[in-house]
Amino acid sequence: MFGVGGGTCSYEEIETTDVILLWGSNAREAHPIFFHHLMKGVRSGARLYTIDPRHTTSAMWADVWLGLEVGSDIALANTVAREIITSGLQHEEFIRHSTTGFEAYAESVEPWTLQRGAEVTGLPPEVIRRMAHDYATAEQAQICWTLGITEHHNATDNVLALINLALLTGHVGRYGSGLVPIRGQNNVQGGGDMGALPNRLPGFQEIEDPVSRGKFEALWGRSVPDRPGKHLSLMLEAMEHGEITALYVIGENPAQSEARSDHARHLLRGLDFMVVQDIFMTRTAELADVVLPAAAGWAETDGTVTSSERRVQRVRKALDPPGDARDDLHIISALAERMGRGWGYPTAEEVWDELRSLSPNHAGMSYRRLAEAGGLQWPCTDEDDPGTLFLHGDLWDDPLPRDPAPFFPTPWAPPVDELSEDYPIRLTTGRRLDSYNTGVQSGGYSSPLRTSVAVEVAPADAAALGVAEGDLVRVVSRRGSVEAPLMIDRSLRRGLAFMAVHDPDAVDVNLLTIDAWDPKSGTAEFKATAVRIDPLRKDAGRRSELRPVANYRA
Amino acid sequence: MAEVTLAVDGTTVTVPGGSTILDACRALDNDQPTLCYLDNLTPVNVCRVCVVEVEGNRTLVPSCSRPAEEGMEVATDSDRVRHSRKMVYEFLASSVELDLVDEETVAWMDRYGCDPDRYGPPADPSGDRDQRKAGHHRIGPGTAAETVHQPVKVDNELYVRDYSRCILCYKCVEACGEDAQNTFAIAVAGRGFDARISTEFDTGLTDSACVFCGNCIGVCPTGALMFRSEYELRQAGMWEEEGQTVTRTICSYCGVGCNLDLHVQDNRIVKVTSPMDHSVTSGHLCIKGRFGYEYVQEVGDLAVTPIDEILRRARIDDRGPRRHPEPRA
Repeated sequence: MFGVGGGTCSYEEIETTDVILLWGSNAREAHPIFFHHLMKGVRSGARLYTIDPRHTTSAMWADVWLGLEVGSDIALANTVAREIITSGLQHEEFIRHSTTGFEAYAESVEPWTLQRGAEVTGLPPEVIRRMAHDYATAEQAQICWTLGITEHHNATDNVLALINLALLTGHVGRYGSGLVPIRGQNNVQGGGDMGALPNRLPGFQEIEDPVSRGKFEALWGRSVPDRPGKHLSLMLEAMEHGEITALYVIGENPAQSEARSDHARHLLRGLDFMVVQDIFMTRTAELADVVLPAAAGWAETDGTVTSSERRVQRVRKALDPPGDARDDLHIISALAERMGRGWGYPTAEEVWDELRSLSPNHAGMSYRRLAEAGGLQWPCTDEDDPGTLFLHGDLWDDPLPRDPAPFFPTPWAPPVDELSEDYPIRLTTGRRLDSYNTGVQSGGYSSPLRTSVAVEVAPADAAALGVAEGDLVRVVSRRGSVEAPLMIDRSLRRGLAFMAVHDPDAVDVNLLTIDAWDPKSGTAEFKATAVRIDPLRKDAGRRSELRPVANYRA
Repeated sequence: MAEVTLAVDGTTVTVPGGSTILDACRALDNDQPTLCYLDNLTPVNVCRVCVVEVEGNRTLVPSCSRPAEEGMEVATDSDRVRHSRKMVYEFLASSVELDLVDEETVAWMDRYGCDPDRYGPPADPSGDRDQRKAGHHRIGPGTAAETVHQPVKVDNELYVRDYSRCILCYKCVEACGEDAQNTFAIAVAGRGFDARISTEFDTGLTDSACVFCGNCIGVCPTGALMFRSEYELRQAGMWEEEGQTVTRTICSYCGVGCNLDLHVQDNRIVKVTSPMDHSVTSGHLCIKGRFGYEYVQEVGDLAVTPIDEILRRARIDDRGPRRHPEPRA
């Protein structure tokens, strides 16, 4: 945000903050140890608002649960903003000194009366009002979010709508106040920081900036492309048009993880050539021409990863990898050699030191310091720099030493997959405490909490369908259908269904999801699918296996 | 807060306000024994082995939680302190299996000349502690030492509970509750000598509120709570702590960045812990970080090691063979 790709706060700050908006996140199950920090805050008196269509195990700890309609987050944020402005609770001085675009923003949220916001979100107006006032008047406040915000066709606008609230109230750039996206994978932050984004060079430097590019060109003795590449959703589109005919996949399982997965598989099959580098023979690897067995990055190789609080930390080799599996770094170096551009076989530390020489934000993070300090938080610009607890403190400096932070008006748009008579139920997807993504990793251990993937519905919907818990049903979307046992979950409202994504071999949820994606981030709308549920037969599974265990235990 | 100055065993020390007597002792390199105290938990003051004598106080006070005060005179090695600590250790050792406690505890017991055998041979195990009701305790003949013996509870694939080793330090209850996990799956049931750690209605862990984070095991000082992998390898006589390496790395799941210490024996992860002094975890993990490592050592049938055989057998006994992931290699 504001040109820097990282959460503004450290975990410790949530332990003493006053108001927490946990927005589109079931952190208690998806990020349990972050939730430990959050609970310290709750125990110290912070008021917790959870904004989530489901009454999750995180929501059970909330002072107030806002069970909004799926995809109405911008409507809620805009309504909160208008309520803050009409009540005169905005931080005038911060807005004047540190931001731009307030007038246009205020105008854009003007139509979002409490009444209209309530109609679109399905929330009581007084609850929206209470959250607006509590957030605006708090001494310190944080907005934390995860995939409930970003897995939408308008993901970037969703995020901007939350950033606007922080700018409006001055809840950024101060200890305890900030914007906290909690990352879904152990190195999502680091991958972006290291340039695994179409428009970035290592160190999160703009590929279109000639000065940044020049540094890399000078060191590498090669020219660097001056235009952004394609993100995954664009790549799939390019495969469809025949622009991309060969693919090199490292540590990703798009044959199962993409929305509208049968279409993704069709595109992967249509490639002339695909290389998959992975630690498993995944469904994607099965489609490959060449499979390069890799070592597991976190336990079989050395390197670094970066967490949601911008903390770069060391991963270390504890095990010898099995068989012929090799370190990713070795494989890539060997490929370069075969291509006649060999650069030798550098160690992870040598690669890191090169990165430090090119990325000012990482310059102070030697392996020695990372080990001694238990990780360092960027920016960390030299070897005496202790790292940075929170970002954007300079927004409060006078005179302002940087560009002011801009408001971006965020028009609301409903989910692409509209509800209709044929598809009357809103299906949303997500994670469970003991499992992870497509289950490739978490399927490896026996979890006493694990239950078979089912479609979970509200008691009223089950009654209306005439189905009981354990009955087999067919879930049908405009793109496909899956069979699954039905489970009744009292944490769901009428008209809302939930499915976990962890066992695509048993229930391929992503046959249902829509591949409409956000043009800025490339993220597909996994969170909002229109479905109908057709009863198939009674007692498909033993009920004891279907108990919504993880739902109620976390 | 202002600093406070006090005397410990005649030596003057100045510590920050809010420090405990234990902190003051440690500042002087004059460490005290503890069982129920841990840096990442709220002191519950139940074990009484850290007690010290404070001038002017009628009773001995627990050093782990009593704040240091200006002008306090503390004695950590008086006859009364030594006698009290010796009795506590002896009562525990005569009634509880303590063969897995840490070396420091063994050293303290030696120092105080503990002789738990003087309470007689262990009484016949009753085996029904979970059924006992408050006030129904039977008084034995006085010729044997009553014990807390119970059969080992093996009711899931991840943990084992052996309450014959439990000294009721409450650490597991604290870690499961407000101090970390906020799950509240376990608490103390019963009263007096019949007190024991229990799930609600003594249900098995898989039917309880437990979410299998393993944070109770992480804080257990006596081996009463143990990872299934360690338990099975110990049963098979194959647990070799001296031969294990401990490597610090980062969890492979979500983006919180939890530090893991991988305990590795013969190229197999046999236990996962987390450093208590790290700001991200404070020693606590979730089920994925604690147990979700197995996918890196699922190597197919060609490379099966003796450790794999032991652990697989236990797993198949429980559940039948697993479906995925695909074996590596």
